[in-house]
Amino acid sequence: MGLRALLMVFIVAGLIVADLRYNSLERTRSILDGLATPIYWLADIPAEITNWSESNVLSRGQLIEENDRLKRENLILSGRSQQIAALRAENTRLRALLNSTALLRNDVMIAELIGVSPDPARSEMVLNKGAGDGVYVGQPLIDAEGLLGQVVEVSQYNSRVLLITDVTHATPVQVNRNGVRAIAEGIGVLGALEIRHVAATTDIEEGDLLVSSGLGGRFPVGYPVARVSKVTRDPGHTFATIEASPVAALDRIRHVLLVFALNNPTP
Amino acid sequence: MVGQQQHGYWVIWATFFLAFVLAVIPLPPWLAWARPEFLALAVVYWTIALPHRVGILTALLLGVLLDVLEGSVMGQNALSLGVVALLSQVLYQRMRVTNVWQQAAMVFLLVGINQLVCQWTQNLQGVAAPSLLFLLPAFTSALVWPVVLHMLRALRRYYEVS
Repeated sequence: MGLRALLMVFIVAGLIVADLRYNSLERTRSILDGLATPIYWLADIPAEITNWSESNVLSRGQLIEENDRLKRENLILSGRSQQIAALRAENTRLRALLNSTALLRNDVMIAELIGVSPDPARSEMVLNKGAGDGVYVGQPLIDAEGLLGQVVEVSQYNSRVLLITDVTHATPVQVNRNGVRAIAEGIGVLGALEIRHVAATTDIEEGDLLVSSGLGGRFPVGYPVARVSKVTRDPGHTFATIEASPVAALDRIRHVLLVFALNNPTP
Repeated sequence: MVGQQQHGYWVIWATFFLAFVLAVIPLPPWLAWARPEFLALAVVYWTIALPHRVGILTALLLGVLLDVLEGSVMGQNALSLGVVALLSQVLYQRMRVTNVWQQAAMVFLLVGINQLVCQWTQNLQGVAAPSLLFLLPAFTSALVWPVVLHMLRALRRYYEVS
């Protein structure tokens, strides 16, 4: 038994070092993830049933009501989008005048959430789209409201996503109002981000919308990330303490959009 | 031990598979910190019941699979489950003769150690738990131990696993 314990220590130490220090287990992980897929599918069945019954076990009255609401929403949205074509053309013209490159539309793909990290200290999710659908590591993902996070691990049929609120994640942002740049870091709580190292005199106010700045090349420019919820300026400190809450519904989403950004790192 | 016929080995792996599913099944946010460590419980039970079938190496393999499933550092759960299996192998003769609530107390300690080891390896990655809530599974695991024990024992007797 002593021999086995010793063997265990060596194996585990090797694994931890290989993973943390040399990142050399990605391939193994993505193969083994194939084994994990059915487990996630099974674990998702209760949620799937709830979902199904929510959309199928409805009375006629509820359906009519929902239909009416969707029609109204559709009318409002298409009204708003009428001017978009004209605005886009104008934008392209102005950009051409400024000699800068045209902003292209990003393509998106809908994916469904099939699992969340069982460890509440991490903000990770598992999606039902994988390398077979063209998902790649580093791909940004958004929901209807704003930026959610990025893909960190891909296997054939599913992928693992790191949310912007994870303690290991930082998002380059800028204030939508005046373009001030900053870094929004996760603090491990689902509803909060922290903006660090912003000088106390910087022009950031409560209620400011932070959008992705595109610096770092990972996230496309201009997706809403968070709204500043609290700014504390203490004269004794060099930096202001700024808290923000993500605009994406991180804890309620079921469907997300994977963005195929222009700077796709895979060939 | 040598020459002993093995029987119903698949039952053990079926229970491990079930434990894997329970390890990732979505829980409401207020229960998220309290999820019992079902895989650790299964490892403890089978190590006590059949120490010649399930031991450290099985625990290592299961741990690596759980690491992949949870997306944690490779080796994190392998180490913690390995330690749990090692301790259960040391303790199995004592565990067999104690009653179920004394066993639950031991399970409390074992899962607590499991959680601590997980926390240490997570710290290597820079992810520290915000509070001592990460020890809560030790308590809930001890609470569900009697249920797990009776279910697994019934399965073992019904299928005559040996």
